[in-house]
Amino acid sequence: MKFLTAFLSAAPSVPEINFQPEKFVDMLGYMGKGMLVIFVIIGVIILATLVINKFFSGKKQ
Amino acid sequence: MDILYRNLLEFTWQQGVMILIGCLLIFLAIKKEMEPTLLLPMGFGTLLVNIPFSEALTGPINELYHAGIANELFPLLLFIGIGAMIDFGPLLSNPKLMLFGAAAQFGIFFTLAMARMFFPEIDAASIAIIGAADGPTSIAVANTLGSQYKGAITVAAYSYMALVPIIQPPVIRLLTTRKERLIRMPYEQKSVSKLTRIMFPILITLVVSAIVPQATALIGFLMFGNLIRECGVLDSLSETAQKVLANLVTIFLGISVAFNMTAEQFLKVDTLLILGLGLIAFIVDTAGGVLFAKFLNLFLKKKINPMIGAAGISAFPMSGRIVHKMGLKEDPQNFLLMHSIGVNVSGQIASVIAGGIILSFFAK
Repeated sequence: MKFLTAFLSAAPSVPEINFQPEKFVDMLGYMGKGMLVIFVIIGVIILATLVINKFFSGKKQ
Repeated sequence: MDILYRNLLEFTWQQGVMILIGCLLIFLAIKKEMEPTLLLPMGFGTLLVNIPFSEALTGPINELYHAGIANELFPLLLFIGIGAMIDFGPLLSNPKLMLFGAAAQFGIFFTLAMARMFFPEIDAASIAIIGAADGPTSIAVANTLGSQYKGAITVAAYSYMALVPIIQPPVIRLLTTRKERLIRMPYEQKSVSKLTRIMFPILITLVVSAIVPQATALIGFLMFGNLIRECGVLDSLSETAQKVLANLVTIFLGISVAFNMTAEQFLKVDTLLILGLGLIAFIVDTAGGVLFAKFLNLFLKKKINPMIGAAGISAFPMSGRIVHKMGLKEDPQNFLLMHSIGVNVSGQIASVIAGGIILSFFAK
């Protein structure tokens, strides 16, 4: 424990961690937008892949 | 005679701790076989840069870092190799599996919100991308955003990827009932034409780049590697990309990342926090995939084994294999491998897209 205390206090350039819980709420918009964009892109890829499969699946490897 | 001990007197205890960390990385790589291709060069590099007045730090490692990581070259070259290794066949047989890859990126955005409570926006975004469970993406995003925590982020990303067999099973078990884990998913072999295999990487590149241009380099190099594999006329290049190129770049990448592993940069309270947030990202990613599968099951007649959702975390191919093994443990006749690998490769694509989205939000 002494070592840990010494480590934490003597570590070079230890910045003071500024805990700001309200920032979690600020980021919820990014969370929603990010997940929406991923699902939209993946949805487009799925549709395009289904179309490719439909038109070219007849051609064997 | 003072030449024998002059430099020894310059050692700080912080450098001693970093040398122990370097030895630990080497131990984990050799003894535990945890991502040895990366952890071993990183561990050895950590030794090199923590010697007082290290000429390696100011010389070759500095040069390699600026030649290959500061400009994102090494992660992108590695992506060519990874792309050449991936077989998208199981995914092309059942493209809907890609939805799980998207769902399992939730950990990235959840961790973004968590990390923002402690860190500035740029660093929070870089820490969140640990949840991509994909080393090159983590390095590229942290580097583009100019995070000061690149070393800790890289260590966390690769360490947790190696720890996927320990992290994922308890989360999956916690979120599923035995009945759900016993759901069988017969695999229907569908023929995928060569033309489809060739068109797929081109299609992915065009769609993703058009919507998220910040992901063009990442997805483009990944898909270029896959196109080399699938085109059928560049077998020797494909083999080189999968083996020689991937191995060479990994060696240089690992040892160059050590540039950020000096005591001044790594020994911070923040590092412990970053390791904790990285773990949260992996857990929430896993939970996101599993819970999404359970959600879909509410509407589907033919139920999905929710465990396959966990493979959407990327961490290819470990995650897919873990889900398969868990299925076999519950029921020796339950073969989930083709489904879980399909989800796993979709996670690889989705994690790169997520990296691009993070860059589009925060890169200046």
